[in-house]
Amino acid sequence: MTAPVHTATAALRVNGAPHELRLDTRATVLDTVREQLGLTGAKKGCDHGQCGACTVLVDGVRMNSCLLLAVACDGAEITTVEGLAGDGGLHPLQSAFLERDAFQCGYCTPGQLCSAAGALRELAAGRPSAVTGEGHPPGLPVVASDEEIRERMSGNLCRCGAYPGIVRAVADVAHTGTAPGDREGGAW
Amino acid sequence: MTDPESGPARRPAPDCSPGGGPPPGAGGGARHAGALGEPVIRLEGREKVTGAARYAADHAAEVPLEDRAYAWPVPATIARGRILSVDPGPALAGPGVVAVLSHENAPRLTDADDATLLVLQSPRVAHRGQCVALAVAETLEAARAAAAAVRVVYEAEPHDAAFRPDHPGLYAPDTANAGEATDRIHGDPDRAYEEARFRVEAEYLVPPLHNHPLEPHAATARWSGGRLRVYDSSQGTTVVGRTLATLFGLAEESVTVVSEHVGGGFGSKGTPRPHVVLAALAARETGRPVTLALPRMLLPSLTGHRPFTAHRVRLGADGEGRLTSLEHAVTTYSSTVAEYTEQAATPGRHLYAVPNSRTTHRVTRLDVATPSWMRAPGGCPGAFALESALDELAVACELDPVELRLRNDTAEEPDSGLPYSSRRLADCLRSGADRFGWWGRDPRPGTRTEGRLLIGTGVASSTHPALAQPAVAEAHAAPGGGYRVRIAAADIGTGARTVLTQIAADALGAPLDRVRVEIGASDLPPAPVAGGSTGTASWGWAVHQACRELLYALAEHGGAPPEAGLTVRADTTEEIAAVSDAWARRAFGAQFAEVAVDMDTGATRVRRLLGVFATGRILNPRTARSQFVGGMIMGLGMGLTEHSALDPEFGDFTEQDLAAYHVAGCADVVDVQAYWLPEEDSRLNPMGAKGIGEIGIVGTAAAITSAVYHATGIRVRELPVLPERLLPGLAEWQRAVVV
Repeated sequence: MTAPVHTATAALRVNGAPHELRLDTRATVLDTVREQLGLTGAKKGCDHGQCGACTVLVDGVRMNSCLLLAVACDGAEITTVEGLAGDGGLHPLQSAFLERDAFQCGYCTPGQLCSAAGALRELAAGRPSAVTGEGHPPGLPVVASDEEIRERMSGNLCRCGAYPGIVRAVADVAHTGTAPGDREGGAW
Repeated sequence: MTDPESGPARRPAPDCSPGGGPPPGAGGGARHAGALGEPVIRLEGREKVTGAARYAADHAAEVPLEDRAYAWPVPATIARGRILSVDPGPALAGPGVVAVLSHENAPRLTDADDATLLVLQSPRVAHRGQCVALAVAETLEAARAAAAAVRVVYEAEPHDAAFRPDHPGLYAPDTANAGEATDRIHGDPDRAYEEARFRVEAEYLVPPLHNHPLEPHAATARWSGGRLRVYDSSQGTTVVGRTLATLFGLAEESVTVVSEHVGGGFGSKGTPRPHVVLAALAARETGRPVTLALPRMLLPSLTGHRPFTAHRVRLGADGEGRLTSLEHAVTTYSSTVAEYTEQAATPGRHLYAVPNSRTTHRVTRLDVATPSWMRAPGGCPGAFALESALDELAVACELDPVELRLRNDTAEEPDSGLPYSSRRLADCLRSGADRFGWWGRDPRPGTRTEGRLLIGTGVASSTHPALAQPAVAEAHAAPGGGYRVRIAAADIGTGARTVLTQIAADALGAPLDRVRVEIGASDLPPAPVAGGSTGTASWGWAVHQACRELLYALAEHGGAPPEAGLTVRADTTEEIAAVSDAWARRAFGAQFAEVAVDMDTGATRVRRLLGVFATGRILNPRTARSQFVGGMIMGLGMGLTEHSALDPEFGDFTEQDLAAYHVAGCADVVDVQAYWLPEEDSRLNPMGAKGIGEIGIVGTAAAITSAVYHATGIRVRELPVLPERLLPGLAEWQRAVVV
C-alpha cells in the first residue's frame, strides 16, 4: 500500500516572485520549481545529489535542489538559472559560458552556472576549500586560481567534458567581473 | 606546419554538386564567403545558458497540471525467468495513481526488429533491470511510490551473468557491430610471429563502461486523433519516428518525434530506447500526455553500455621495429535478447603496415542487459589494447614509441590495400611530440620524480572511420531574402545546428543571420542519426546540395524567388552510392599524456593531455575544439576512473549511478589541449570534413597507461588505473627512496 499523501503549505520566493504553495510533502525543490512553477531550467540528472545538474541558489547559497524537500524551505529565497541575470539580459557568467564554449549539450549548464555564482560568492567571502592554503587569513577573499575553481566546481559533472571552458569562463568573471566578449577584442 | 591559432584555411568548399562549376550568386547580392571555418558561437547557446532550452522531460510543463501524467518503471529483480503475476492493487490504491501497465494489460506492439523495444509484451525476463511494469500517476511523487508498490511474483531460473574470456558459449558472429568483418586474416601471422626478431604477447581487459549522458533518457508522449507526438531524448528523430510507427501499427506520417535539445547521448540515444515506447504506451492507455524520465540507476540496464572486452594481442617485429605480424583476438558478450559484438579488433586493420595479421571477434550470450554503442564502439577499447601492445613493443625493441609508430606508418590501408584519401598520422605524431615536448625523453621507467611523485609520459595513435550516409534536406528562399533549411538532423551537443547553418550560408553565399536551419524533428526531411561521426558529413552534404540547387532554381527565376518563395529538396542517396570505393577514408590523430603517480598511495593524476588530429577541414574551430577535448576527457575517465562490473549473483551492474560509476570531474581535468593540422581531402564530401565526435576518445587510455608504465615500470593491462593495481609494484619505489 502506498502511503497517504500529506500536504503542507510553504511560501517560496523564486527568482524574486512570491509563491504560496500547497505541496506534497515528498516534493523536492527541484520537482516543485520544474513541475509546479514551470521553471524547467534546473535539470534532473541523477535525483541523488551526485551530478549537480539541479544546483540552485537557496538564500544565496548553492545547493542540490533534488536533495531539498520543498516544505522544508518555507520562507526561502530561491534563484534558478532563469533568475540569474535578473532583467532579461545575461549574467556575466552566462556571457562567459557562451564565449568560452563552456558547454556542449547544455544539460548540466544551468547547474554549472548557479554553482559558479555560488562559488564566486564563497571565494569573495573568504571561505576556504580543500585546496586553499592553510595560512589563508579568515574572512579575506580567496584568490580564484584555476585550482580553486576546479576544486569548487567539482560537484557539477559534465559528461561532454566542457570543464576547461567552464574553468576559463569562471576565471574570466572572477578576475574581471565580466565575460571576455564584453571587453575589447574578445577572448577566443 | 600551421595550427588552428594561425587561422583556419580559407578556401571554397570543393564543388561536388551535380553539374559542377560555381552556382550563380543569390539574389544578385555579394557573396558572403567565410561562414565555414569561423568560430561561430553556438546558435542555441543563449537558450542553453538561460535555461530556456527545453529537453524532452521539460515539455511536461507545457501540459496543464490537471492533464499531466508521469510514468515510473518497475525493474525486474531476477536475472532470468518468468513473471508469474503482477499485482497492481496496492499501487492503484494510492492517491493520484492513474494506471499500472504490465504484459498482462499493455497494448500489443508489432516487432520493429529490435527486441529490446518489445516492452511489457511477455512474461519472460531476460535480464535484471528489464522493465516489467510501469506505474502512471498524476505527480512524480505518486508515480514513484506506485512503482515501488507494484507486487511482481517471479519464477526465477538459473542464470549466467559471468563473462570470462574462455566462456564456453563463445561463437563467431556473422558480423561484428557496424557490419565489420568478424575475422580478417592476411598472410601467415603465426609463422611471422615465430620468426619475428621482437615479440610481444599480452592480454588486455576493458571493463563494462556506461555512456551516462547527463540527461537521462526521457520522453513526453501525447496521442490525439490517432496521431502520436513525442518529445524524445534521441540522437535521431527519423529512426525513432519510423520505429514507433511500426511498433504501434501507424503510418509514418502519423508519428512526430521532436528532439530539439538533447542532453548528450554518446551512442546510447542512437537507437530508440524502451523509455520512448513506454511513454507512448502509457499515453495511449491513459489518454493523457505522459512524461517518463528514466531514473539514473536504470540507465545501465535499459540504454545500452560498452560491454566487457578481453583482448589477446600478439605483435612481431623485425630488427628495425617494423611489424611483421599482428594478432588481435577479442572476446566479449551480448544479451540473450539481441546480438551485439563490439568490433574491438578493428584498429589493427587500419593503423599500421603489417603483412601478416589475424583480427577476430567472438561473442557469447549472457543473461544480462544488451550492450550497444558507446562513443567510438570497437575502435576505442580496441585502440587501448593495440596501442598498449605497441608501447610494450617499443620497450622490447628499445625504440622511442613515437619513432616505432612512424616506422610502421603506411599510405595504404593494411586490411583493404586501398590508398588512404588522406592520412596524416605521422604528421600528428611529430607535431604532437613537438608541442608536448616529447623528444629527448629518457625511456627508462622511474627516471623522473618530484618528491614522492613518479612522473611519466605516454603516446598513442587515434583513428576513426570518415563515412557519410544518405540524407534529405530542403532549402527555401523567401521573398525577403531569407533562407530556411530543413533536415531531421540532431544536435546532441556537437554543434550540428550551428555548423549546418554555416554550411548552408557558405553554399548560399549568404550572411549567417539570413539563414535559419530547422533540425530535430521527424517531420523534417529524413536524416540518419548523430552517430559514427557521420552527422556533419551526411547532413552537411544534403544541406550543401539543397542550397546549391536552390541557387540554380533561383537563377531560373531571374535571381529572386516568386511571391510564395522557392523550395528545393535534395537527396544524397545517389551521390553517396557513387562515392568511389577506390579509397580508404579515415581520420587520424595522436595523443600524449603526462601522469604523476603518488608512490605511497598509488593515486594517479593526468597532469597533461595533448592531442593533434588530422580530420579534414574544421568547419567551426570553437565547437570542434570542444568535441576533441570532450572526447579526450571521456578517455581520461576511461583511463583513470570509469569501470563497471557485472555482478554474477544478481546479473546486473555493481556500478549503476554516478556515485559508484566515476566519470571525470572538474578537478580531474588539469590541462587538456587539442590541435589540428590542415588537411585537404576532396574525396570525402563537399565540405572536405571528417567526423570528429569520436576520435578524441580513441587512444587516450593507452597514452595514459603507457605514461603510468613510464612513471612506475608497472604495466596496467586492465582498465582503469586504480591505486590497488599499482600499490604492489610501487613497494619497490617506496623502498628505493629514503623518506
